Amino acid sequence: MLELTERTAPEPLGGHRPPGRIVDRTFRALAATGGALVLVILAAILVTTTRNAWPAFADQGLTFFTSSTWDVVQGTFGTLAFSYGTLVISVIALLIAVPVSLGVALFVTELVPVRARRAVVFVIDLLAAIPSVVFGLWGILVLAPALTGTYTSVADAVDGVPLLGTLLSGDPISGRSFFTAGLILAIMITPIVTSVTRETFATVPRAQKDGALALGATRWEMIRGAVFPHSRSGIVAGVLLGFGRAIGETIAVALVIGSSPQITARLFNSGDALSAVIANQFGESTGTYQAALIGMGVLLFALTLVISMIARGVIHRAERRIGSASA
Amino acid sequence: MIRSRMTSRRLALPAIALTIALGAAACGGSSDDGGGSTSTTGGGSKLAAATINGSGATFPQAYYETAIEAFKGEQPAVTVTYAGGGSGKGQTDMAAGLVDWAGSDSVVKPEDAAKFATPFLYFPTVAAPITVSYNLSGVKGLRLSADTIAGIFGGTITKWDDAAIAADNPKADLPSTAIVVVHRADGSGTTANFTKYLTKAAPSAWTLGTDKVVNWPAGQQAGNGNAGVAQIVKSTNGAIGYVDFSDAEFSGLSYAAVKNASGKYVTASLAGASAAVDGATIEDDLTYDPLDAAGAAAYPITAPTYLLISTTYSDAAKGAAVKGFVEYILTGGQSLAAEVGFAKLPAELAKRAIAQLDEVTVG
Repeated sequence: MLELTERTAPEPLGGHRPPGRIVDRTFRALAATGGALVLVILAAILVTTTRNAWPAFADQGLTFFTSSTWDVVQGTFGTLAFSYGTLVISVIALLIAVPVSLGVALFVTELVPVRARRAVVFVIDLLAAIPSVVFGLWGILVLAPALTGTYTSVADAVDGVPLLGTLLSGDPISGRSFFTAGLILAIMITPIVTSVTRETFATVPRAQKDGALALGATRWEMIRGAVFPHSRSGIVAGVLLGFGRAIGETIAVALVIGSSPQITARLFNSGDALSAVIANQFGESTGTYQAALIGMGVLLFALTLVISMIARGVIHRAERRIGSASA
Repeated sequence: MIRSRMTSRRLALPAIALTIALGAAACGGSSDDGGGSTSTTGGGSKLAAATINGSGATFPQAYYETAIEAFKGEQPAVTVTYAGGGSGKGQTDMAAGLVDWAGSDSVVKPEDAAKFATPFLYFPTVAAPITVSYNLSGVKGLRLSADTIAGIFGGTITKWDDAAIAADNPKADLPSTAIVVVHRADGSGTTANFTKYLTKAAPSAWTLGTDKVVNWPAGQQAGNGNAGVAQIVKSTNGAIGYVDFSDAEFSGLSYAAVKNASGKYVTASLAGASAAVDGATIEDDLTYDPLDAAGAAAYPITAPTYLLISTTYSDAAKGAAVKGFVEYILTGGQSLAAEVGFAKLPAELAKRAIAQLDEVTVG
């Protein structure tokens, strides 16, 4: 690639065509190989993991997905409780992270002076650079113990309230719970959701915003009337990307979720998640047990794939709309 | 005390060298190369340069790391590594020929043994007690029987003032605090040994079976590694969990005296573990089961650990290094065990293991 710029850039148009053509072709072949390789690797991963997981799928049948009994001693491998945990903590993470991210994105694009904007964006992006094990250790040593008391008082406060009284309850003994895992995930996905929504907000045409303001709209009315309708698909894409990240996050979740598989609506109870179980139990596993853990990897892979495909589709639609709007 | 090995090891080195020389002399040169050479100048006993890689059980890892470092002082040309990763990983790595030696807390299952590229031998190395650690304000010197432990970890005993606990502790003033059970989140040989003990000593009260992960009742707490369990027990009033001896000591936890097969309540200690190994029946392949072993002084929850060594090494330098390292662990290395919280083998068993080294062919 370096060669390409060095040789072709200083040459006047029309001169030295043959070498330029060779470079062009080489570049094309290289790029095509690179592109194809990604697909091949993806397919290879899917095929080999499915093959390695097959003993478990064959042995357990559909109960692998529908049973919540994970009993290594009896050889019963049901993953429902783990799938449930994965989804619950991802949803908690989204419920917390999306409003915060939207707020930050609006703050950055609509409220902050241009000079300060770069600093705010930098700090948010810095959050994404923290390794997840650091989040996990912070969660286990600082956040979880600190939240134990809060959980108890929250549970006492909403006791008896329908729905909330059930959701915000449990036995907050060590503070390791669905809710703590969701909180940690929320912090981890905030940068990506912020970044995607910020980019979308920035594409709202100036004229539309000015038009709204000129019609006498307040800033909030302008955001609601001009920015949001234009950015709807971008926001959805950001949310889905965050969801994808939350679903696959492993080590931080493994440390703070409590590793006690159960399907319960009580969010202050300990639970377990697909990725956490794989990380915790793989080292000492053999035979069908190991196959079952790999099978959970396939399940997680399929979940992530479906979600990122939806996200891609939504982003694609958003880009087409923006394209036609500016034309 | 347990973890501050750096200072004590320096002092210990000359002592180890002496022990080796004495040990080798006492054994009367049972193994041809090792015994003959140590008695001469000392410079001639050096092994050729070789790197021997190992992986496996994390339970004895602290001990192996200490032994490896001390062995480096004996044999500077030999590099020994131990990657940990768990007994399961050690077994599969060894089966695939990825490592030269492996550590395992458990005996290889017959169906897995068939997968090994070359036959292998077990060498017992050290043993260690698994404590039943607890945190209950106002209660000291807790005593527990196997049935009570099974009831607590199985979820049928939920309060500290339960009649079963009171029966084990007639003098204690037990509060009605709820019991918080803490188990391992990760697959673990410690879990396997602890549940195996309950299966053996409390067959009717314990229903969850035994493996590296069992189907614990919902709502219990779980920690990653011994240190993770110890951390939760330490920070939670009413908590009880199984923690290996060195981590329990390191975290300053209180642990219960457990009723052994002779009906005596014995507190976890290295001497108790050694007594349990003494009371266990040693199989022909040198595996043994010290859980719930006979003997008044035996601590019943004592876990064994083994090295897996191939019967043949085609690389002569590597083979000699493996044999040298195993012999070191069984002789001079034994005296390092106590420093890191492990119990050494009874002399008789160590002697049988050294004799078994002759079955390993090199070159």
